[in-house]
Amino acid sequence: MKQSRVIILTGVVIGLAGALLMWLGNPANMGLCLACFWRDVAGGIGLHRAGVVQNIRLEIVGFILGAFVIANLVKGEYKVQSGSSPFTRFFLGAAMMIGALVFLGCPWRMVLRLSGGDWTAISGLFGFIAGVYLATEFLKKGFSLGRASTERDTKGYLFPAVAVGLLLLRLINPEFIFLSESGPGSHFAPLWITLVVGLLIGGLAQRSRICSAGAIRDVILVRDFDLFKGMIAIIVFATGANIALGQFNPGFTGQAVAHTDYLWNFLGMFVVGITAIMLGGCPLRQTILAGEGNIDSVIAVFGMVFGAAISHNFGLAGSPDGVGFNGRAATIGLIIALLILAWVNITQNNKEIATRRREASSNV
Amino acid sequence: MSKKLIDTSGLSCPQPVLLVKQAVEAGNKDLDIIVDTEVARENVGKYLKKAGLEYREEEDGRQYHLLTE
Repeated sequence: MKQSRVIILTGVVIGLAGALLMWLGNPANMGLCLACFWRDVAGGIGLHRAGVVQNIRLEIVGFILGAFVIANLVKGEYKVQSGSSPFTRFFLGAAMMIGALVFLGCPWRMVLRLSGGDWTAISGLFGFIAGVYLATEFLKKGFSLGRASTERDTKGYLFPAVAVGLLLLRLINPEFIFLSESGPGSHFAPLWITLVVGLLIGGLAQRSRICSAGAIRDVILVRDFDLFKGMIAIIVFATGANIALGQFNPGFTGQAVAHTDYLWNFLGMFVVGITAIMLGGCPLRQTILAGEGNIDSVIAVFGMVFGAAISHNFGLAGSPDGVGFNGRAATIGLIIALLILAWVNITQNNKEIATRRREASSNV
Repeated sequence: MSKKLIDTSGLSCPQPVLLVKQAVEAGNKDLDIIVDTEVARENVGKYLKKAGLEYREEEDGRQYHLLTE
């Protein structure tokens, strides 16, 4: 199948799954959300104690294992790489999660919120596009986290094994894990369905390389609309399915797990846009890459888990009441930190390139 | 004239495409591009086609050379 068709198919499945999982029990306009679900996992293992958002989401397990299996079945796809600025990636993963939780959702939930009629997500969309645009400029100016090196295949098996561990924890349900009794964390579709849908999307996302940040970046950078078509497919099919299932509630107020602090919706997703481009992919893409052997993405994912934990431990995350002082301060602090990081990275990279050129020409 | 070598191995998306794009826009059309992931192979290939450059692939262990002509 042609690559652009695989992308559209993936978008159709994500769009339908987003609406259906919500209908089957997932939280409102949260059929799928990588930020929310990793945040719930962080809570599920007790890294934060926000009682309403603790669960071990099997969609996540499915994404990882689906990507792992498909990458191993297709020649050349499974490849273990690591060593490209690991701690910077951890930090960027954490920042990406903090920004997403100020807004209340990853870019795909942002799209699903819009598809459910939640217009409060519009300012988030603008913030996301602005962040992607700015960081794409950084890339053009020479931003790079450096090269990864290829490692033996077995080094990539540990992360999927951790995913199997999460699966077992959820199924065995020992008394020491945390499962919300109320709030979004307590709403979930039947477990086997979440796992199967996760596996399906994990496999498709591995093949299609679908990515919310890449969708906008490719349009800006190379006028390539392939990934963007995937995003449009999600919006069209999620909106259609939401209308058919009676879940489409258009409006600016009273939206579920959302707030109306438009500036902070914008800035939260601005942080997500910048970090997703710096990392080379949105939260879903990082999770899929982590499954197919990219250890740098594993590090970014654990940065996201860490970011989720401090978001709730320090009261940074948004809530239906809006974004509190701590969340606002963290967002501004992160934007400043990201600008400094970009500036240092770009100047150092360009200095290195200039030195190498000088050495090359003096050796002639 | 020898080919200009662009080694994109180990770089994350979209740097492989970006490096090739910057080289092409600077007037270098005779390129030897090393890619070491399927994603980079697809994306660089797609960009070269779009830029109207013919290329052939040579497999080299676990990486590929995309050679424009």
